[in-house]
Amino acid sequence: MTSEQLTDNNCCAAAQEFKAADFKSDQSVRWCPGCGDHAILNTLHKAMAEIGVPPHRTAVISGIGCSSRLPYYMNTYGFHTIHGRAAAIATGFKVANPEMTVWQISGDGDGLAIGGNHFIHAIRRNIDINMLMFNNKIYGLTKGQYSPTSERGFVSKSSPYGTTEDPFIPAELVFGARGNFFARAIDVDLETSREVMVAAGRHKGTSVVEILQNCMIFNNGVHNRYADRAVRADRTIHLHHGEKMIFGADGNKGLVQDGFLLKAVTIGEDGYTLDDVLVHDARCASNFLHQQLAMMDGETLPLAVGVIRDVDAPTYDESVTEQVRQVRAHKGFDCLRSMILAGETWTVE
Amino acid sequence: MLEKTEVKVLDKVVVRFSGDSGDGMQLAGNIFTNVSAGIGNQVSTFPDYPAEIRAPQGTLGGVSGFQVSVGRGVHTPGDSCDVLVAMNPAALKQNVKFLKPTGVIITDIDSYREADLKKAMFRTANPFEELGISQTVLEVPVTAMTRAALADSGLDNKSILKCRNIFALGLVCWLFDRPLESALHHLKKKFARKPAVYEANAKVLQAGFDYGHNIHASVSVHRINTDDPRPGVYTDINGNTATAWGLIMASEKCGRPLFLGSYPITPATDILHELAKRKDLGVKACQMEDEIAGVCSAIGASFAGNLAVTSTSGPGLALKSEGIGLAVMAELPLVVIDVQRGGPSTGLPTKTEQTDLMQALYGRNGESPLAVVAPASPTDCFTMAFEACRIAVEHSTPVILLSDAFIGNGSSAWRVPEADEYPEIKAPEVKLAEGERFVPTARDEETLARPWPVAGTEGLQHRLGGLEKDIRTGAISTDPLNHERMVEIRRRKIENIANNIPALEVHGDADADTLLLGWGGTYGHLLTAATELCESGRPVAMAQLRYINPLPANTAEILRRYRKVIVAELNSGMLADYLQAKFPDVEIHRINKVQGQPFMVSEIVAAVDRINSLNTVAQ
Repeated sequence: MTSEQLTDNNCCAAAQEFKAADFKSDQSVRWCPGCGDHAILNTLHKAMAEIGVPPHRTAVISGIGCSSRLPYYMNTYGFHTIHGRAAAIATGFKVANPEMTVWQISGDGDGLAIGGNHFIHAIRRNIDINMLMFNNKIYGLTKGQYSPTSERGFVSKSSPYGTTEDPFIPAELVFGARGNFFARAIDVDLETSREVMVAAGRHKGTSVVEILQNCMIFNNGVHNRYADRAVRADRTIHLHHGEKMIFGADGNKGLVQDGFLLKAVTIGEDGYTLDDVLVHDARCASNFLHQQLAMMDGETLPLAVGVIRDVDAPTYDESVTEQVRQVRAHKGFDCLRSMILAGETWTVE
Repeated sequence: MLEKTEVKVLDKVVVRFSGDSGDGMQLAGNIFTNVSAGIGNQVSTFPDYPAEIRAPQGTLGGVSGFQVSVGRGVHTPGDSCDVLVAMNPAALKQNVKFLKPTGVIITDIDSYREADLKKAMFRTANPFEELGISQTVLEVPVTAMTRAALADSGLDNKSILKCRNIFALGLVCWLFDRPLESALHHLKKKFARKPAVYEANAKVLQAGFDYGHNIHASVSVHRINTDDPRPGVYTDINGNTATAWGLIMASEKCGRPLFLGSYPITPATDILHELAKRKDLGVKACQMEDEIAGVCSAIGASFAGNLAVTSTSGPGLALKSEGIGLAVMAELPLVVIDVQRGGPSTGLPTKTEQTDLMQALYGRNGESPLAVVAPASPTDCFTMAFEACRIAVEHSTPVILLSDAFIGNGSSAWRVPEADEYPEIKAPEVKLAEGERFVPTARDEETLARPWPVAGTEGLQHRLGGLEKDIRTGAISTDPLNHERMVEIRRRKIENIANNIPALEVHGDADADTLLLGWGGTYGHLLTAATELCESGRPVAMAQLRYINPLPANTAEILRRYRKVIVAELNSGMLADYLQAKFPDVEIHRINKVQGQPFMVSEIVAAVDRINSLNTVAQ
C-alpha cells in the first residue's frame, strides 16, 4: 500500500469514532492482580479512542519487562521486541512508515539501563513516537533487582546491603537529551494518566510520559510517599498549561520564583499573594523552568504531574521524508539504471 | 609519438602505487584503473592501506598501497606487480617484495635524503643495495619536476607537493600507452570545485607523461590487450557500491522502499555513504547511534513494510546478534551485510579475511537458522545483494551477506544491467478466508515463509515478538511440543531456500579428480589458479560457493564426484569444517591463510600441487 493510500484511509477514518474496546485484543491479560499496569492499559485504550487514530494505523512497540507485554493486549500492529531496543526499533518503524502513529512501551530498566543509549538518541532526534515509561524502580520480571531509578541504599535481591549508586531521574535525561515533551502521571490517577497520554499522542516529536507505577510484588508502595490518597494533594502538583501553579488539599499553596529556584508557599502567608504564584508555560522554548519543575521530588517541593513540557520542533521522520522529497525534486532519478547512466560510463558495441 | 619506442604487447599488467598514506596513491591508482577500464581492459584492484589515517610521514607504518591489474582475463589484482611506483624509501622497503623479478621500479629519488632513509629504518646510504634489488630502477626526480612544472602556478609549496602522485600517474600512463584525455576528465571531476588545483594537476600529469616520453630509451612502452566484452553500457564499480546498488535494484523489483540502518565501521562504511547519497532514488539511510540501533531500526522498518538492511563488519555483526535473532523469531525479511575484516576484536580493520563464516552461521542464541550468501567478486556484490533481498523477502528471513574488505574495496568494470535482467521479488501473499483473522504464523505451504503485510493495512493488525508463538494462532506459547515444531518449521523454511537458488557450477576441468572449492571473495584467485593448473597439464576442477546456507541443491552430488576436495579459504578452515560435518564421506583437504591479505595465485597453485603430490606418495 502506498503512502497516498494510507493518507486516504486516515482522512476517512478521521470522521470515525472509536471506543476503547476497538483497541483491545482478545488475549487475556497476564499481569499480577493489583499491578499498576492494568490501570495503565485500560487508560491507554481510552486515550487512543479519544485521539481517534484507527487501530490499523497504530503501532505499539515494546522492549522486555513486565510493561513490555502490553502490545499483546492491543488490537493494533504490535511488536514485543528485545531488551532495551524498543526505541531503536520504533525509530526505524516510524521513519519507514511515517503515516503510522507509534507508541513505545518500556520500563525503567528497559528504557534507562540496557536501553539508555537508544532512549537519549531517540529524544535527541525528536522522532515522532510516544514513549510510555512505566517507572516502578525495580526489575519485576526477573523477580526483584534494583533498577537505575532505585534510590541510593535500596535493598533488593541484588543489593542485599543496599545500593551504592545514585539513581537516574528520567526527566533529567529527557532534558539532557533536549527533549521537547515530558509529562508525568501516577498509575492510580486515571484522569491525569489519560490526560497526559492524549497530550503525548497529539504532540509531534518524541513524547516521554513517565508513569509512576506500583509493583505489588517486589516494590509495593514505592510511590506512596506522594501517591497515597491521604497526602497526594499536598505532595503533588498537577500542572496545566496557562494556569497558576497551585496545589494542596485546600488549594492554597503555590509555587513562586525564589532567585533561580522554586519555592512552595502558602498564599496569604509570609506576604505571598496569588499574583506571586507562577503560571505554567509548557510551551516555553527554554527548558530551564521545566527542568526545575520535573525535578521536584515530593519532599520540600511537590512532585509535578501533568504535561510539564510540550514544545514544537522539527521531527526526525518528517525531516528525513522532506529531505528525500527535496533531493528527488532537485535531481531525482526514476530508477537505478537512469542514476547510473547519468554517471561515468562507456559503451561497448 | 611512440614510433621510436619499443612497444611490447601484453595480456595483462600489474601496477602497484605506493607512498605515504597522505600521498594520494589511492587517487592515482583509481584514475589509472578508470582510464584502463574506459579503453576496454578488464580491471581488478586491491587498495592496501593502513588503519591510521595519517601515520607519521615517511615511516614504514604509514605506507599506503594500491595495486591494479589491467588487461585480458583479469580475475585478480595479481600476485606481484610489473611496475612498482614507490614515492619514498619506506614505500620501497614495504613493497619491493610484491615486484616481479622482471619488474620495474619508479621511485622519487628526491625523497631519498638521509632523514628519509632513517625514517624508513635503512642502515646504509644505499637502500637499493641494502634491499638487494636486481630489478630496473627508474630514479625519477618527481619532486623537483613537479616543483618545476608548477613554478608559476602561484600554489604554495604544500599544495605543489600534493601533486607528486599525479606526476607519477602521468609517467605510468605513458608507460602503458593510456590516453591522457581520459585521465584529465577524471581529475576534472575530482577537483570540480577547485579549478586551480585541477589546472595544477593537469599540468603535472602532462609533465609526467612527457618525462616518460623523453627518457623512453630505458624502458619499453606496453600495449595491453583487451577482451571483447559483452556489448552494453559499462561503468567501473567497487564491491561496496555494487552492494548498495544491488539493494536498490531489489527495492525496485519488490516495490518496497529501501531502508538502511547503519553505523560507520571499516571497511563497510562506503555502503552507508552510497545509500545516503541515494536519497535521489528515495532511499532512507539512517546513521544510528550504534550497531545495535542499526540492526534494530532495520527490524522496525521491516515490520513497517520497507525492504530493510543493516551494514557492518565483524565486530558490528557481533553486536547485532541479538537483533538478528529477533528477526529470525519474528520471521521478518532483513538483510545484514558483513564486509569482513581481520579479527578477532578490532583485529585488522582495513585488511581482508573470511573469518566471520561461523559467526554468520551460528553466532546467535537458541536454534536460530538463517540464510548466508557470499559474493564472489566486486561486481558479483550487486547480484548477491539482490539475491540476499530476494531470499529475505520470499522466505521471510534474515539473510547475512558475507562480503569482505578485498572485494568491497576492489573494483572491476561492470556492465550495467537492463531493467528486465533481474526478476520481480514477491513476498508470500496474505490469504484470508471470509471472516478469518490474520495470524502471524500463517505460511506459504510450499516454502513455509510468512506473508509480509505493510503496517497500516486495515484488517491485518497482528502482534510479533521474540517469544515463542503457537504454531496455529501466533499467540505466546510455552508448550514444549509446540516449541519443537516451531524450531523444526524455522529450520525447514531455511532448507527450502535450496529450491529457489541456482545450482553450483563447476569450472576448470570438470573431469579432473580434484575439486578446488572456495567461497565468496576468493573466486578470482581460485579461478586463476585452476586455469593455470589446467593449462600446465595438472587438471583440476574448481567451484565457488556463493550460497552457503542453504547450500545449492546439487552440492553433495558435486562434492562426491571428486576423489579429493580442496577447500581454500582465508581462515583456519571454517567452510571445510562446515562441509565435513555435512558430508563426512567426502575427502576434504584444506588451504588456509589468515594474514589479512588475499590469496596469491602462486600460493594456491603450490598448495594444490603439494596436496596432490603428498597424496600420490601416500598411495
